[in-house]
Amino acid sequence: MNDEGQNLGGNGKVGAVMVVGGGIGGMQAALDLANAGFRVYLVEQSTAIGGRMAQLDKTFPTNDCSMCTISPRLIEVGKHRNIELLTNSDLLAIEGQPGNFQVRLRKRPRYVLLEKCNACGDCLEKCPVALPSEFDAGLAQRKAIWRMYPQAIPGAMAINKSERSPCRLECPAGVNCQGYVALVSSGRFAEAYELIRQRNPFPASCGRVCHHPCESHCNRKDLDEPVAINNLKRFAADWVAGRRAEGDDPAPPPAAQIDPAKPAVAVIGGGPAGLTAARDLALRGYPVTLFEAHEELGGTMLLGIPAYRLPVEVLRRDIADILAAGFTVRTGQRLGRDFTLEDLKAQGFKAVFLAVGCTQAVALTRSTDGGPLAGRELDGVLLGLDFLRDVKLGRNPRLHGKVVVIGGGNVAIDVAMTARRQGADRVEIVCLERREEMPAHAWEIADALEESITINPGWGVKEILGDGRRVRGLRLQRCTRVFDDAGRFAPSFDEHYSHTDADWVIVAIGQRSDFSFLGPDDPLWDAGRRAIEVDKLTLQTRLPWVFAGGDMVTGPSSVVEAVAQGHEAAESIDRYLRGADLHTGRTKEKTNGAPLPPHWQAVAERWQALGPPDDGSHRRASPPRLPPQQRSGYAEIEMTLDEQSAIAEARRCLACGLCSECQQCVAACSAGAIIHDMLPEEVTLDVGAVVLAPGFEPMHGAIRPEYGYGVFPNVITSMEFERILSASGPYQGHVRRPSDGAEPKRIAWIQCVGSRDQQCGNDYCSSVCCMYAVKEAILAVDHVPGLQATIFYNDLRAFGKGFEAYCENAKRQYGVQFKRGLISTVKERPYSKNLLVSFVAEDGEATQEEFDLVVLSVGLRPSPTAVELAERLSIRLNQYGFCYDGGLSLGGTGRQGIYVAGAFAAPMDIPETVVTASAAAAMAAEDLHEVRGTLVEQKTYPPERDVSREEPRVGVFVCRCGTNIARVVGVSELVEYARNLPYVAYAEENLYTCSTDTQRKIIATIHEHRLNRVVVASCTPRTHEQLFQETLREAGLNRHLFEMANIRDQCSWVHASRPKEATLKAKDLVRMAVARAATLRPLEDVQVAVQQRAIVLGAGVAGLTAALSLADQGFETSLVERQSRPGGLALQIHGTSGTLAPSRYVAELAERVERHRLIRLYTDTVVEELSGHVGNFRLTAQQHGRRLEITGGAIVVATGGAAYRPDNEYCYGQHPAVVTQLELEERLQQPGFAASLAQVVMIQCVGSREEHWPHCSRVCCAQAVKNALAIKRANPAAQVFVLYRDMRTYGFEELHYAEARQSGVVFIRFEPPHKPQVSVDAAEGRLTVIVRDEVLGRPVELRPDLLVLSTAARPQPDAADLSQLLKVPLGPDGFFLEAHMKLRPLDFASEGIFLAGLAHGPKSIAESIAQAKGAAARAATILSKGYIERSGIFSEVDQQHCAACLTCVRLCPYSVPRIDEHGVAYIEPASCQGCGLCASVCPRKAIYVRHYRDEQLLAKVDALFVPAEEQSPMAAVWQPGGGSEP
Amino acid sequence: MNRETAASRFEPTVIAYCCTYCAYTAGDLAGSMRLEYAPNVRVIKVPCSGTINSLLLLKAFEDGADAVYVAGCAVGDCHFLRGNLQAMKTVEYTKLLLEEIGLETERLEFFHIPASAGPLFAQRANQMTERARQLGPNPLRSGTPFGAGGKLAVPPDQHPPLPTASFGVLKRHAEQEQ
Repeated sequence: MNDEGQNLGGNGKVGAVMVVGGGIGGMQAALDLANAGFRVYLVEQSTAIGGRMAQLDKTFPTNDCSMCTISPRLIEVGKHRNIELLTNSDLLAIEGQPGNFQVRLRKRPRYVLLEKCNACGDCLEKCPVALPSEFDAGLAQRKAIWRMYPQAIPGAMAINKSERSPCRLECPAGVNCQGYVALVSSGRFAEAYELIRQRNPFPASCGRVCHHPCESHCNRKDLDEPVAINNLKRFAADWVAGRRAEGDDPAPPPAAQIDPAKPAVAVIGGGPAGLTAARDLALRGYPVTLFEAHEELGGTMLLGIPAYRLPVEVLRRDIADILAAGFTVRTGQRLGRDFTLEDLKAQGFKAVFLAVGCTQAVALTRSTDGGPLAGRELDGVLLGLDFLRDVKLGRNPRLHGKVVVIGGGNVAIDVAMTARRQGADRVEIVCLERREEMPAHAWEIADALEESITINPGWGVKEILGDGRRVRGLRLQRCTRVFDDAGRFAPSFDEHYSHTDADWVIVAIGQRSDFSFLGPDDPLWDAGRRAIEVDKLTLQTRLPWVFAGGDMVTGPSSVVEAVAQGHEAAESIDRYLRGADLHTGRTKEKTNGAPLPPHWQAVAERWQALGPPDDGSHRRASPPRLPPQQRSGYAEIEMTLDEQSAIAEARRCLACGLCSECQQCVAACSAGAIIHDMLPEEVTLDVGAVVLAPGFEPMHGAIRPEYGYGVFPNVITSMEFERILSASGPYQGHVRRPSDGAEPKRIAWIQCVGSRDQQCGNDYCSSVCCMYAVKEAILAVDHVPGLQATIFYNDLRAFGKGFEAYCENAKRQYGVQFKRGLISTVKERPYSKNLLVSFVAEDGEATQEEFDLVVLSVGLRPSPTAVELAERLSIRLNQYGFCYDGGLSLGGTGRQGIYVAGAFAAPMDIPETVVTASAAAAMAAEDLHEVRGTLVEQKTYPPERDVSREEPRVGVFVCRCGTNIARVVGVSELVEYARNLPYVAYAEENLYTCSTDTQRKIIATIHEHRLNRVVVASCTPRTHEQLFQETLREAGLNRHLFEMANIRDQCSWVHASRPKEATLKAKDLVRMAVARAATLRPLEDVQVAVQQRAIVLGAGVAGLTAALSLADQGFETSLVERQSRPGGLALQIHGTSGTLAPSRYVAELAERVERHRLIRLYTDTVVEELSGHVGNFRLTAQQHGRRLEITGGAIVVATGGAAYRPDNEYCYGQHPAVVTQLELEERLQQPGFAASLAQVVMIQCVGSREEHWPHCSRVCCAQAVKNALAIKRANPAAQVFVLYRDMRTYGFEELHYAEARQSGVVFIRFEPPHKPQVSVDAAEGRLTVIVRDEVLGRPVELRPDLLVLSTAARPQPDAADLSQLLKVPLGPDGFFLEAHMKLRPLDFASEGIFLAGLAHGPKSIAESIAQAKGAAARAATILSKGYIERSGIFSEVDQQHCAACLTCVRLCPYSVPRIDEHGVAYIEPASCQGCGLCASVCPRKAIYVRHYRDEQLLAKVDALFVPAEEQSPMAAVWQPGGGSEP
Repeated sequence: MNRETAASRFEPTVIAYCCTYCAYTAGDLAGSMRLEYAPNVRVIKVPCSGTINSLLLLKAFEDGADAVYVAGCAVGDCHFLRGNLQAMKTVEYTKLLLEEIGLETERLEFFHIPASAGPLFAQRANQMTERARQLGPNPLRSGTPFGAGGKLAVPPDQHPPLPTASFGVLKRHAEQEQ
């Protein structure tokens, strides 16, 4: 992929990283690495990135719209120069060594060219195949060609294919059955007909007589009955015929362009094989002449098939279509009589196709004893084939009395039924075979029986009896078996005899070809086999220019087989005449075809168990039939399906091949982007490291069958409910239930489905379900006022930042009910389809409650494909398939150079995924820092157009935001309005203005209409301004010539009930934006040099880790610690189980830090002041009374937290036996301490989740469990009680919790009003703990000899000071507040400052480490470049007007303005933060903020009050030649 | 409706200068939370509340705004450290000017609206709309010799009366369409 020389830098390492998985984790890792100077290959299995987060409606605990937050990031990844997206790709193998891996990938075909598809969606309308939409969790349908979701990146469509469907593979002629069935299902009958005709020139005839092997192999047979494919073919053909009869031809037959220069071909035989070959060859341009012995074309179809099955006019219709291909037909020309093969050669034919059929009836000549059959010459003994032919030719032979037909095949049945129509009073069929052995098709036998024809099976004809002249009867002998062991025809008989009367005997025991045209020594003739010898594959005979096929080669067979032979012959002749190899690429091997599609497999299982639903909706269509009593003539017995039944029947198709390859999309695609025969491709890429982020899969709802998922339609999974909530979901954001679309009024959430559940093998906690259920409940109440939301749960695991408050809010404001207990079953009420939830409360009381909808909060598990991948890569997995190593080396996979991120490591939520992704990026960057920047491409933009002399030409793009805006605001009206505003040169509406294809369109529109200002009316500039500015740059416009009107967040979302006012307001906002846009001027951005050095504040675990990671990435790092030694809180945590010894770990870290040549550790150093800006920070600090100045380009804040001291609580500090968990850890280090304990009580939530401190401290539950286990291990006799409110042992900590319960630790739950009472016995000085056990419902008294308090993690007491000093915010809990709770967990809003560890909030050591590494990766995105670009928005002094009054100098919060050498104020652009304070206070108005000048702001005010029609052109503000701001 | 007083039919136009980092963000949050509030407020985004000056405020009244408010970060939270403090001073000073020209000082206000305070954003919007309604139309609106006063963007009659805004209650779209 890359040049060798370019690839290999230091030590042969490669400056590229592969990230596997395009979810939020993979995207974060990719962006961090790409922004830090590495080339990134982002490999995604599906067709688009975005992962699970894109499917979510909102995210907790901020209720941010998931799509809104992820979509700019999707675009960033999609647009990033250094990220190569490889969608539809699987990782096969990784070879090589860390630093220089060779990764083998398979790129599965998308069937759509990424570079050509502009996602217009035209193909979607044409595609007839509807499949369940994976993105909508199966609740809605999508087409076989599709885009996962509207904002998907890449935006191009993709086609979903399985193997070819069995129906199609089983069709001898290769008709695309699934394709035409799909087309019929969507009402496109002419297209269906055309598709059939491509491979079968006899749609109408075959639709009547075909033995349809397609149906025998239809996968639907495993559910109920196969699809009536053949009836649908007939329907399509007859529909077209009907239209033609009305004078309209929706499917004119293709006419050939005959090339007279091509060699001439002769076809002998006008049956199905000959006609097919003649048509195929003519369509390929060959001059073809067809010779037919009879006067009319059709062969056996014409002469052998009775009219009640195939009316002659139907056949003639098909043949007329075939003849339109344009070949010569010579009828009445019999080979051997009228001409010979040599004649043809002499006439100049270069190739001949022989297809003369099997037209000779076989006579019955032998008796059952092997001797000659007596009586075979009697009058009244006829041959079946001749009889049928006479009838068809109108010779009308009359019969009477009783007719006996000898033979068990289809011809015998035809003869029998025809005999009845020719006057026979009674018809009997006698055959050798037993009934079930009869070769006739079952449906034909059934037809005969329906017409009162007797079948007398298992008899051979011993003798034909007669009166010497005419036949009178038959003497029959019992046949015991027809075939010998080798399967050869060798009938044997016993000594039973029978007699049957007969006035006529018609023999229909077989037919053969008439080879009389061949001489005995003809080279074609294989005397031994008494047949023409042909190559089975190519149909070539011993004479290379002669080919033979059809019945004369296969023996009597079916029409469709003959058609197949015709195709093969045409192919061979074409190759022969072109001189090509006849065999290449042709095979007779058959595969089974596509299995039942996955979404039907579960249905099949259920139907097999319970039977298909009995509502008739699934039954196979049966076309109307002529009642037997009316079948005297030759009217057709079976009719054509009507349109409605045909569509209904076609909809029964399971679309096994997924895409049916009907080619409709190809015709619809004007871009020519669709390539159906695209093939998979293997590529090998060189990379230095690999990050695995394959994400998770929600567990299947049926994991707990007793909840009825898959059986009761109103039991759904949480993922399905997310889609229901989503405005882009199956019900457009209306909360409805699947069974009847009604709005539910009572919804239950059942927690822990597939989590914490040994029974289903997943005993870990999935960590996120409690919170997402609470979120879904809140949103459900939002959508449906008065909705009763109930969450059935075990422990409410609201352990994250802000989660506790979120849950409290759910209870208080939304009335969400939380019920603790176990669900035993869910049952459905028969008519209402409501659900009865049986539930055992904590106190053991069983109750039942009725709900309209039940949502299963399904757990997280690694996807099977990820597990398979990991196994292929020899990566260590735990027993559940997670790549979790349980230790402190979070992110490792056991294979060096390969790292893991996100939910594949352990169940985790979005911010944790982002953190671990950044951490993985840091680890990869540490490995490869020497080759950073070697493979990146610099982004280049087209040169900026000089618009200074142009009058403003504003383009307005109004976003519908799906329905977010359009549902409330009249978007079309708004566009029309905008179009008429001053300076507006162009206006349009977009479904999603932020989508990639719209960006492309905007660029094109800017060029086309010579726009020089752009206004986007959509959402908030906070999230989307940058994206559109980038688009402007790509269009050659300065990015500041852009303005947004926030008509979603500030309009449609907040005035949803008042659409009229919302539309008026939106007009105002657009008018204001346009007015301001006209005043905007291009601003050149500033490049700021970056000091490629980092500053880390705090030398606890997080700080040490961050510093080490930064230094290992090659950046000098200053580590500032106010204590005298590094280590922080972790020094007090000793850990007790195996590998985990934080105190030791942190000591080792500190040692490494001290030794690292790039790290300078400042202990006893107190930060005093911070100045500068991103890229250039200056920190002033005090160390031992000395002032230090530390500089750096980025800062990581890892200043940690503090342990809460529970003074005056639970007798802490009053009794020596009351300790905190941290103190307990210290004591457990003393040998024999644990053994001395008889009873230990632990109290959870000390200082957490209290009224005055409502936050959960996240880690205390796991810590208590760990310490309880340690005590139990050291002293199994010790009683340990843990008094808790909710055990929040999330993730794999749950396993320790389970282990603790098993080992006898007693967990007693209390509720806040009944907090445990601790007292000290005055006499004995012993502790007494009284707690009200919520399970027992009564107080329990404990007398521990050690009381351990699980105390809260709190912010540093002086965090507020640091917050002021660094100018970064604190959250309501006093911990530092990140820029965005979901997607920017490690960033502060202020550029260049990052956050890690306890300073951010309570967390485990492993989580701190991950954050620290992640923060290092984030910092590296700044430090890795020599400069960063800064916005051109800053304050400027008009020095001519400056009076040097010093007001600005005194007032600037950043002390930027200074009086320069000219004696007037000067403001340094790189330092200016752009707040505009100086401008607002300047008494002479000599200072202005670029982009926010008074007139630019007032343009909005003026526009608001001046109706558009009265607005004068804003010449006053816009001046030609203004150029960029002076 | 026809029996209602003139004051209740009057629909004020309110301008809110909002700082990017807190107030504007809170406005977006109010949107995310689907908090319904008075549709009378037009937000103008400024980098910092400290960016505003008296001219911007006076010009808004001159053009015809019935009320104007400046919304910035909470005290101590200013992204630009002291911008909001300066803005408070500017607003106080401008009130003096309003008093001088005889315009009700209540028509102008400064509010602290933290980024996380979506409901407060909605509440302030309602509060200022209601206050302007009580005060009646900006007298500068009609017959002003300068500026564009007197010309409403929307004829007042097109505004139906404002219901009591309900906070935190997210309405169902189906209901809203009725």
